[in-house]
Amino acid sequence: MVCETWKTQLDIYLDGELPLEQTHDLDAHIRNCASCAADALVRVQLKRCVQAAGERFAPRAQFRRELYRTIAGKPIRGMLSWNWVMAVAMVLIFVTGLAVTYRVHDRSGQDRAVYGELTDLHVATLASLSPVDVPSSDRHTVKPWFEGKIPFTFDLPELHNSDFSLQGGRVTYLGQTPGAHLIYRVRRHEISVFIFPEQVVPGDREERSRLVKELSFNVETWSHAGLWYCLIGDVSATDIDNLAELLKGASS
Amino acid sequence: MSAAEFQPISFEELAVPLFDQLYNFAHWLTRDRSEAEDLVQETYAKALRGFSSFQLGTNFRAWMYRILRNTFLTSRTGLKTTMTVPLEPEEDNLELPIERETPEAMLIERSNWQLIQNAIEELPLHYREILLLCDLEELSYCEISETLSIPLGTVMSRLSRARNTLAGLVRRKLEGGTVNGLRNLEDTTRHLS
Repeated sequence: MVCETWKTQLDIYLDGELPLEQTHDLDAHIRNCASCAADALVRVQLKRCVQAAGERFAPRAQFRRELYRTIAGKPIRGMLSWNWVMAVAMVLIFVTGLAVTYRVHDRSGQDRAVYGELTDLHVATLASLSPVDVPSSDRHTVKPWFEGKIPFTFDLPELHNSDFSLQGGRVTYLGQTPGAHLIYRVRRHEISVFIFPEQVVPGDREERSRLVKELSFNVETWSHAGLWYCLIGDVSATDIDNLAELLKGASS
Repeated sequence: MSAAEFQPISFEELAVPLFDQLYNFAHWLTRDRSEAEDLVQETYAKALRGFSSFQLGTNFRAWMYRILRNTFLTSRTGLKTTMTVPLEPEEDNLELPIERETPEAMLIERSNWQLIQNAIEELPLHYREILLLCDLEELSYCEISETLSIPLGTVMSRLSRARNTLAGLVRRKLEGGTVNGLRNLEDTTRHLS
């Protein structure tokens, strides 16, 4: 390539925009061509001169301050916007989680208080010399006994062909509201069945059974037809659940 | 959406570092401090408003220069400048190189910035801006092409013409300066040559 052709490439070469292969070729040419080397030197010097002379104007401090104030804390892009979305989502999740946790915790606390109170009643009743006011294994005797004593009525299951036997019942109170307390027996173990109006028990009540363990007692609860049922005993969860199914069958 | 978009980027973070160089460029375009301030102020205001549409991962600096330049071109001074400075027909053919032993080469060695600055100021707008964007701001040809909205070939040819025009202006200034009392400079350049 003749010098004139090379020289048309010098600016591009010095601006660092010449393709790599041509850059190598031009490098080699400049090392061997005094004319092109001198030309390149002049161009480099002019470029540097423009660079130095070009840095001429500086903004006033006052203007700088004003402009910085204008743009300070202005919008954030990319992750920034995503960060805000994420941050808001995280806060919402946290607050919702907190509310749910509080609600669950609150409900759990209320439930535990109720379970605790009923467990006390269960234990106290069994410790009593006369645990029931109507000692009878006949549901047709026990159920009518409650008439006029409690503000609701209920059905009791037929227990033939089951391990359970009815021992009797008594009136009890929860939250100053009267309810039925029935005692069932299964293999020398007593199970208390409490029946109260649904509104006596705090929180939302579900038809679905909840089986929990409270002070080593198994506790199963459910709601049906405006009544809240609670079974407590030291028997297995299976026994509790079997009795629950019998009671549900009687009331459905 | 690129990964870069998952990095927190504020307008302030991107725009503040460009302030000095944008102001300098604005002053070169307007040749007036007050107008330069207005131009920079308006550039930042426009950029701020349009920041949501800015494609992260693309060249923010070129984007800012483009806004500044377009704002200038639509300003009173800009319109006047572009109307009074006729654009020469531009070809993609590159200009022939600068001659050896040029006065500008000697001036550079004497660091006569004032003369160079005056020569830059006298350049037509389209040469002045492309020369400053390339040599001062060190924008790549691609960035210049994007900023000035001209093809890459035009960037190269216009840049070449701008440099040759600047060299001619410097030469004339040096010769005129010699007549007008720049005797010392001439003595020095004679010595250097």
